[in-house]
Amino acid sequence: MFFQEATPDTSGYMIAGYAIAFILMALYVLSIYLRGRNLNQDIEIFNELEKSVPAVETAKPKKSPTKSSATGSKSAKPVTKKLRKK
Amino acid sequence: MQPKPLTLKSLDIASIIVLGIATYLALVYAPTELVMGNVQRVFYFHIGTAWTALLGFILGAVFSVVYLITKDLKWDRLQVAAIEVSLVFFLITIVLGSIWARPVWNTWWTWDPRLTTAAITELIYIAYFMLRQGIDDPEKRARFGAVYALIGGLSAPITFFAIRLFRTIHPVVIGGTNAAAQGSFNMTPHMLTAFFFALFAFTVIFIDLFWHRIRLGVLQEKVEQLKLQVNM
Repeated sequence: MFFQEATPDTSGYMIAGYAIAFILMALYVLSIYLRGRNLNQDIEIFNELEKSVPAVETAKPKKSPTKSSATGSKSAKPVTKKLRKK
Repeated sequence: MQPKPLTLKSLDIASIIVLGIATYLALVYAPTELVMGNVQRVFYFHIGTAWTALLGFILGAVFSVVYLITKDLKWDRLQVAAIEVSLVFFLITIVLGSIWARPVWNTWWTWDPRLTTAAITELIYIAYFMLRQGIDDPEKRARFGAVYALIGGLSAPITFFAIRLFRTIHPVVIGGTNAAAQGSFNMTPHMLTAFFFALFAFTVIFIDLFWHRIRLGVLQEKVEQLKLQVNM
């Protein structure tokens, strides 16, 4: 090609080169986005698990049941001044 | 995920803008090279991605040294981020080089010293990720990865100097007078503008992607810790 006089038409190669460069960059950006989204979903699942585990633990009956714990719902309420007065 | 900082948002926008300008300068502003034709225009992105990739590999080696001294996993995260972005950029470099070589050298690939060292560098860093995938213990993985990246980092300067040290057909565009080179050309002022802007643009894009990859590393570490807690 170095002994020819006219400039060769190599536009096809140029277009292919730029197309591939942009596609590879876009794919990488997409992979970062998707990996980030998946990791966020994982974190959400772990957080939900963390919330549900203590709830299950409190629902379990205690070893030495008292009157209040046997009723269940009453034990969940915090003891406030109003309740004490009643 | 932590909300994206304003600086990172600005960097995202800046990256898109500089990429657009770099493309315009390469495809429209720079004149057509008379001997090679339009395919010469891939040179601007070829050098831009190569520069940032080699810089990233060297950065990875530097972060490895810091990790081995401090044993702080933060440096491991930085190392992985630098190497991963560089790996993608270097793949683009190799593909663009191959596309340029087809009409100019009349072949897609030849085992020239520059092409060979570039291919070895890419394979070294693909193997780096395979090595990391095979180790579960985070500290062991970071230690092995750091040693590997430190040794692998040597391939970056070897690749860069390959065309200056060995007899090769790969052109040396800046500061080179290689008699065996095929496809060399002298740059006009417009070409120089497009060239230097491409270097700048890919540096900005590299920093942007590097930052995003670091944030991803933070998330990965968080998930790993949560998994360990669940297993305990």
